[in-house]
Amino acid sequence: MTDATLVMSLRPSRFWLAMRYIRRNKSLAIGLAVMLFLIAFTVIGFLTINPRHAYPLSAATRQAPSWKYPLGTDFFGRDLLAAMVVGMWQTAAIGLIAGGIGTMIGVFLGFVSAYFGGLIDAIIKTICQILTPIPVLLIQVVVAGSLDKRDVTIMVMALIIVMLGWMGTTLVVRSQVLTMKERQFVAVAKLSGVGSMGIIFKEIMPNLLPFIAAAFVVQVFQAVFASFYLAVLGLGPLREPLLGNIIWSAQGQGAFFNGWWWWPIEPAIAMVLILGSLALINMGLDELANPRVRKSE
Amino acid sequence: MILRLIFRRVLFLFVVIWCASSIVFIIPRLSKTNAIRERFAELSRTGGFSPDDLEKIIASYSKQFGLDAPLWQQYQDYLGNILHMDFGYSLNRYPMTVTQVIVTAIPSTLGLLLVTTVLSFLIGNFLGALSAWPKAPNWVRAMATPFVLLTGVPPIIMGVLLLFFIGFRLQLLPLGGAHTIGIVPDGSLSSYLDLLLHLILPSLALILGSVGGWVLSMRGMGITIQGEDYVNFAEHKGLTGKVIFRDYYLRNTLLPQATALALALGTVVTSAIVIEGLFGLPGIGQALNSAIRSNDFPVIYGIVLFITAAVATLMVAMEFVYPLLDPRIRNQ
Repeated sequence: MTDATLVMSLRPSRFWLAMRYIRRNKSLAIGLAVMLFLIAFTVIGFLTINPRHAYPLSAATRQAPSWKYPLGTDFFGRDLLAAMVVGMWQTAAIGLIAGGIGTMIGVFLGFVSAYFGGLIDAIIKTICQILTPIPVLLIQVVVAGSLDKRDVTIMVMALIIVMLGWMGTTLVVRSQVLTMKERQFVAVAKLSGVGSMGIIFKEIMPNLLPFIAAAFVVQVFQAVFASFYLAVLGLGPLREPLLGNIIWSAQGQGAFFNGWWWWPIEPAIAMVLILGSLALINMGLDELANPRVRKSE
Repeated sequence: MILRLIFRRVLFLFVVIWCASSIVFIIPRLSKTNAIRERFAELSRTGGFSPDDLEKIIASYSKQFGLDAPLWQQYQDYLGNILHMDFGYSLNRYPMTVTQVIVTAIPSTLGLLLVTTVLSFLIGNFLGALSAWPKAPNWVRAMATPFVLLTGVPPIIMGVLLLFFIGFRLQLLPLGGAHTIGIVPDGSLSSYLDLLLHLILPSLALILGSVGGWVLSMRGMGITIQGEDYVNFAEHKGLTGKVIFRDYYLRNTLLPQATALALALGTVVTSAIVIEGLFGLPGIGQALNSAIRSNDFPVIYGIVLFITAAVATLMVAMEFVYPLLDPRIRNQ
C-alpha cells in the first residue's frame, strides 16, 4: 500500500464528516433527532394501527388513555393514536407539497428577478412589497372559507397555502443572486463564454443550495403553521384527522370543560414537536449557510 | 420633500388596500359556491319551501344584493362601498351591518392586542438585551433561555397547553369565556376583576408565544454591537455600564426592532384572533369564528378587509415614527 492510498483510507468518509459537523451544530442535531422520531412514529404507526380508526365512529367514544386506546378516543369515536399517525402524515404531506411548490416558485422568481433585472425585477419586487403587509393567513381564510366544504382536501389545502406563500423565498433568493452575480467567478465564467443557463445552473446554483435548503425548511414551517391555523379555525377538510382539526373539534365540544383533557392536548404536543424540530433545523441550516454566524458562536 | 414622502407612502397604502379588496372580491366569485344558495339550502333542509321557491328566492336576493349586475359594475360598487366602510349586511345577525359587527367586537380585541404586544415587546427586548450583555447577572441571562426555547411554540398551542396545565390540572384560572356564569358585566369592581381573571390565560398565551422571538433577535443584535468600536471607545472613556447599556445598546437596537414590530403586526393580529376563538372571548376572533361556522360570508370578508387595512395602515404609520427614533433619518 502506498502512502497516498493510506492517507486516503485514513481520511474520514463524507458521512463521518457530516456527522462531526452535526455534533458541533447542536440545534441541527436536536432538530434532526426530533424529526427522525416523528418520522419513526408515523412509519411504525402506519405499520401497526388501522388508519381507518382515525375516522369517526370507529372506536368507543370519550375513552381516557388506557391499554386498549393508548392515547384515548374522542367524542366522535376516533382512536386518537390512529388519528395522530394519520394526522401527522397529512401535516407532513401539506408541508412538503406546499413547501416544495413555494420554494420552486420562489427560487424561479428570485432568479429571474435578480439575474435579468430591469422591468421584470421591478414588477416582481413591487408585487412582493404590496403583498407583504397583507396578513397572508387572513387571505387564506377567505380562500378556504369561499370553497365548498366538501371540496377542501389535503391537496387543496396545500394549494391554498402556497398561493400566497412564495414571497419570502423570492426575496431571499433575489438578494443572494444579486450579490453572487457580482462575484468574480461569475465574471470569469462570463468572459470564458459560458451562457446564461450555464452560469445560473453551474456557477450560481451550487453556491445557493444551502440558502435554498434553509428557505425550503422555512417554507415547510410556514405551510405547516398555516394549515394548522386554517384547521383550528374550522376551515380544513373537516373529516380528516388533521392536527388542527382535532383541536378545533375538541374546542367545539368543550373538551376541557367536560374533562376530556387528552383530546386537545395530544395534537398540541405533536404540533410543538413538529414546529420545534423545523425551527431547530432551520437555525442549524442558517448556521451552515451563513459562515458569519458560524464564527460568532 | 417630506410631503412627497408622505404622499408616496399613502399612495402605497391605497394600492395595498386596493389589492387586498380585489383579492377578496375575486376569490369568492371564482368559487362555484353561491353564498345565498348555501344559506337557503340550509334553511330549506329544515322545511318551509319547495325547490321551486328556492330558485325564486335566490333570484330575488341576487337582484337585491346586485349580484345579477355585470361583474365590472359589481366591482365598481364594491370598491365604492369599501371607501365608505360599508361591507354590507351580516347574513346571520341580519339587521346588523358588518360594520356594526366589527365595531362592537373591536374594543376588546384592541385591548387584548395592545396590552400583550406592548408587554411581550418590552419584556422580550429587555431580556434579550440583558442576555447579550456581559455584565448582566447570571440569573438574568439564564432567564432568557426558556423563552428562546418557546419560540417554536405558536400562541395557539401555548393557549391549549396553558388551558391544560393551569386551567384544567391546577384549576387556578377559568377555562374560557369572558365572565363567570352568574356574574353580570355591570361595571362594578367585582365584574371587572372577574373579566381580568378570564383575560390572564389568553394574554399569557399571546405573550409567551411571542416573547422568544424578540429575545432572539435582540440578543443577536446585542452580540454584534458588543464588537463595535464605539462601544469599546465608550468603555475606555469610562462611561458606566448603565449608560452604555441604555444609550449605546438599546438606542441602536430600537430602530430595527421597531421595524420588526411593524412587520410582525400581521402575525400578531392573526394570533390574537385565534386565541380569542380558543378561549371564547368576545371580539373580532369570536365574530370571525362564528361567521365561519355559519357561512356568514359578508362578515368574513368584512373582517378580513378591515384587519388588512388596519395592519397596512399601522405599518405605514410606523415608518413615520422612525425619524422620531433615529436622528440620522431626521437629518436626511
